[in-house]
Amino acid sequence: MILFEVKNLIKHFGGLAAVDGVSFQVKQGEIFGLIGPNGSGKTTIFNLITSYYQPTSGTVHLKGRNITGLKTHKICKLGVGRTFQVVKPLGRLTVLDNVMAAAFSRVNSKEEARGLALETLKFCELFHRKDVLARSLPIGERKRLEITRAMATRPELLMLDETAAGLNPSELDAAIELIKKIRDKGVTIIIVEHIMKVIMTISNRIHAINYGQTIAEGTPKEVANDPTVIEAYLGDAYAHD
Amino acid sequence: MKKYVPLIFLFIVAIFPLVVHNAYYQHLIILVLMWVVIGSGWNVIAGYTGQVSFGDAAFFGVGAYAAGLLTTKLGLSAWWGMAFGGVAAMLIAFPFGWICFRLRGAYFALATLALNEVMRHIATIWEPLTGGMVGILIMPSFVSKIPYYYIALALAVFSVISIQVVMHSKWGYYFLSIREDQDAAESLGIDTHFYKMVSLNIAAFLTGMAGSLFMNYMGFIDPSVVFSLHDISIMAILVGIVGGVGTIYGPVVGAFVMVAVHEFFRTGFFGLFKGLASLTGSHAVTVVAKYVSEAHVLGFGILVVLVILLLPNGIVGDWDKLVGRFFRQRKKEVKD
Repeated sequence: MILFEVKNLIKHFGGLAAVDGVSFQVKQGEIFGLIGPNGSGKTTIFNLITSYYQPTSGTVHLKGRNITGLKTHKICKLGVGRTFQVVKPLGRLTVLDNVMAAAFSRVNSKEEARGLALETLKFCELFHRKDVLARSLPIGERKRLEITRAMATRPELLMLDETAAGLNPSELDAAIELIKKIRDKGVTIIIVEHIMKVIMTISNRIHAINYGQTIAEGTPKEVANDPTVIEAYLGDAYAHD
Repeated sequence: MKKYVPLIFLFIVAIFPLVVHNAYYQHLIILVLMWVVIGSGWNVIAGYTGQVSFGDAAFFGVGAYAAGLLTTKLGLSAWWGMAFGGVAAMLIAFPFGWICFRLRGAYFALATLALNEVMRHIATIWEPLTGGMVGILIMPSFVSKIPYYYIALALAVFSVISIQVVMHSKWGYYFLSIREDQDAAESLGIDTHFYKMVSLNIAAFLTGMAGSLFMNYMGFIDPSVVFSLHDISIMAILVGIVGGVGTIYGPVVGAFVMVAVHEFFRTGFFGLFKGLASLTGSHAVTVVAKYVSEAHVLGFGILVVLVILLLPNGIVGDWDKLVGRFFRQRKKEVKD
């Protein structure tokens, strides 16, 4: 079943076509990887989906419903959670308060929000840090807080923007475990990632873009062996070896 | 122990006018209580929601004029204004917020500054309604200060308690989230525009009620008094900053300190200079006294610089630090 679909998405910044006709479909329950070299438009696609930018043209569909251009907070309420590449912790609040602020999108009373937040913190293994101010967390845990907060909004679709960047090897393994755990819970995931170890091991399918245009889509193996993808990453000298 | 401090404090303030019959000191505490209300309102929008307002006088003035006009135009008791003053301020806050919350940070602050000036000019120019610079004069309801005192106290307690309730609810969490990161807040399903409106309207309501109280208590208002940028809007910011931005009791402490400092300068250090002048008979001291009492704005400036340097979170926000400093010094003295 198709959970989420992007049709011919285009975004122009002045004369620059940051996203230039990207289309893809995400199936329920899969981990969908989105890759591309720096500046290829991955984060812009995320920002278009969650309405931080309005697309120049093209549409976004969740469960068959056109959600293009809805307000960001409405898209969250419809079940799309996201994290930010440049983490945005609510710095002067504790980790628990961060997650509670997110939980209030599903419940109204403070007790319920607290319950939901604690449950999510346990699930994401950040419970032991719940009383620490978010700004005093190291980068690894900040990234984890981003995921925890997004999970507390009870998403059906979770969009992870480079959540593994800047992590050390053991944190990396933990992050991969967490993402798998989230998928096993039934949450569909779109992941933008540069670290190949992550994206190749956990993605069901990968969509590769360059200069805002689709260059390949398929299983990790297919995409990794695709000459256009290799050319985009390493230059054309490697593409035909 | 710490839990009972506000209650003990409230008790002292409540019995104060029964013990101290001096009208001047009662007047000062009435002003303090009024500033607790205004400061608390400012704290909601600026301290908790992070949308700094330089235009509290707009809401204060509208509240005051609402109370005054109900009396002069409709012949109602000005106390009706207490009910309508807050609502009238919200009527201004609503369209203003709707339009101006598209602006962020310093740009929103500038818009509030403009609102302040626009409201002052409207009150000045719209003579048929407001009487222009002549202002509004009403007969005070009470000769004694005691009724005003307890009304002001009730209002102050109401604002502190209601803000405490709000900050422990979903709204409170949403206000703080917006302050910390508006984009992150949106991604967590928070309608930032709506909740900024809620926050502004709470602030406007409280500030408008304080304005109505001012009208009733002083009996006279004119545009330059109630829409004053530095006597109302800036003072509200100082009450918030000195007491502690984003703390429940910050505006309470800030109100006491700021009213005290204001009086300190206005009266020339409580008549110290005047006394010196008459003692020494020196003309120079008289001149100095005159300048000092007129320089209270400068005094405010220095105070703010000191607070920001030494206690960036205000007296309440940095209370532990403040206490720690004293204790460490005392320990040293003991050692020596």
